[in-house]
Amino acid sequence: MAAGDLDKFKSDGTRLGSLLEWVDARFPATAMWRRHLSEYYAPKNFNFWYFFGSLALLVLVIQIVTGVFLVMHYKPDASLNASGVPVAFASVEYIMRDVPWGWLIRYLHSTGASAFFIVVYLHMFRGLLYGSYRKPRELIWLVGVVIFLVLMATAFFGYLLPWGQMSYWGAQVIVNLFSAIPFIGPDLSLWLRGDYVIGDATLNRFFSLHYLLPVLILPALVVVHLIALHEVGSNNPDGVDIKKKKDERGIPVDGIPFHPYYTVKDIVGVVGFLFLFAVVVFFMPEGGGYFLEYNNFFPADPLKTPPHIAPVWYFTPFYSLLRAVTHPLFGIDAKFWGVVAMGAGVVIFFFLPWLDRSPVKSIRYRGPIFKTFLAIWVVCFFILGYLGVLAPTPGRTLVSQICTVIYFAFFLTMPIWSKLDKCQPEPERVTAK
Amino acid sequence: MSCDEKVDCGRRRLLVATATAGGVAGVVAAVPFVASWMPSERAKSAGAPVEADIGQLSPGEMMTVEWRGKPVWIIRRTTEMLDQLAKLDDLLADPKSDKPMQPEYCKNAHRSIKPEYLVAVGICTHLGCSPTDKFKAGAESGIAVDWPGGFLCPCHGSTFDLAGRVYKSKPAPDNLEVPPHRYVGDAKIVIGEDTKGA
Repeated sequence: MAAGDLDKFKSDGTRLGSLLEWVDARFPATAMWRRHLSEYYAPKNFNFWYFFGSLALLVLVIQIVTGVFLVMHYKPDASLNASGVPVAFASVEYIMRDVPWGWLIRYLHSTGASAFFIVVYLHMFRGLLYGSYRKPRELIWLVGVVIFLVLMATAFFGYLLPWGQMSYWGAQVIVNLFSAIPFIGPDLSLWLRGDYVIGDATLNRFFSLHYLLPVLILPALVVVHLIALHEVGSNNPDGVDIKKKKDERGIPVDGIPFHPYYTVKDIVGVVGFLFLFAVVVFFMPEGGGYFLEYNNFFPADPLKTPPHIAPVWYFTPFYSLLRAVTHPLFGIDAKFWGVVAMGAGVVIFFFLPWLDRSPVKSIRYRGPIFKTFLAIWVVCFFILGYLGVLAPTPGRTLVSQICTVIYFAFFLTMPIWSKLDKCQPEPERVTAK
Repeated sequence: MSCDEKVDCGRRRLLVATATAGGVAGVVAAVPFVASWMPSERAKSAGAPVEADIGQLSPGEMMTVEWRGKPVWIIRRTTEMLDQLAKLDDLLADPKSDKPMQPEYCKNAHRSIKPEYLVAVGICTHLGCSPTDKFKAGAESGIAVDWPGGFLCPCHGSTFDLAGRVYKSKPAPDNLEVPPHRYVGDAKIVIGEDTKGA
């Protein structure tokens, strides 16, 4: 960065001005403010889809603040208390019933988990729509996929903590996924659990990781994500590079300072989001059984699996990929290939920047093949998500198998059709009214 | 890495050597932390054998006891139940129990020491859910009209017969595990220990 004296604040003689000048001589406060906010030039044509990045940051803050306060009352202990209820389960009940405003903090946290995934899925979809993963933003996208993986791990660890039936059996299923890996699998899942079944050892390590990942790792990754973004500049709904047209001061003619223009715009998004968020927290905190599953209101019972177990909604599309594989291959169980399909369903996003060979970035100028295939892919994603909540039947398994094939075909055949597609020419400059 | 006149090879070798030594030290330092995730001595010792009293179990019924934190089923099979086991062989993935999911003394048609009693770990070999007993045959079971009675795993739909053998083309790859066990008299089973004293 071209630091130097130019980025430093020159005091206007007031006391506050002199204080800032003193700080700037020792820490690049004004320089950072300018580089990332008041002189970060973002394309002027951001639309609705551009709310979700800042909203993801907001939800992260909500989760950390509510989480820190929940920990003050929660106890990660699988042993039974005097009334025969696991201590961890009882401590969540205690938060809900006896801690002043505990119910609110807990509902904010549980609703926040689902909100996090809604916002992140929409944020990722924005990337698909406008080709935000394309050169030169590949690293932003890669870091983003890592953030998504860490988010999934965090949510999974957190889901065990209430120690209800769904917590217990969900963790049992997911940890056992690792036992499908040939040779090292059984020992690996034993190592993850720290016991022969999910138990107190598992609960305590998950609790520890549920603190480490979101409080330390996730914010660090978000900083890397943003530094990479601010290095190359934001994409926009037209997918054209605003840096191609600059004025005499070297500022993109289609760029506007992030602050105050987009800080104000994002506040509108925040207000809209908080409105919907509050509706869920206050009027439907269980989210119809999707945000908080009813079976999780029963304490964990290692001897009895509930008649129907399903992961929380945000994992179900990937869970359906797992269940869709029912045939063994190369002499290895179907169980292993199911795990491979589920893993590949997430990992394939890493390759997206190199699978897409289209001459244009944005859906606005892309051809009919992309538009149709993307629409079908989104429908498949929703169907997989829906089927993942339901118990399997032969018919549903068949549908999920078809959707699984389409899910992967979209990515794997992309290098071919993205080149063939009839694209329209991109405009020279962004289009905005 | 090539050495030319611009590079001081002696210094570079020293750098590589110290970096390698530092890296090795770092990996070694991680060992205790990684190892701390293995089951503790307390968790290992909790795997002691348990006793089950089967005197009260009537034919066609099952009971569950806890061993190493897992549900262990004891099922007292009726003669009809035992008779239909042999008819199912074509439908099963491992009808002869060739995979080592049971002690040698249970590698037989009924997968048990005494034909009447089946002792099995009630954990699905797919992903560890506990299957539900569906002993009622036919359409009433809600599975299929020709369902002969057995177990259904609620998580991913694997089915097992009354010897804990898994049906073909199901997510679960193996038959249910039969734990080591032995009889003490007629009405008592010790689970987790067999006559070899293992």
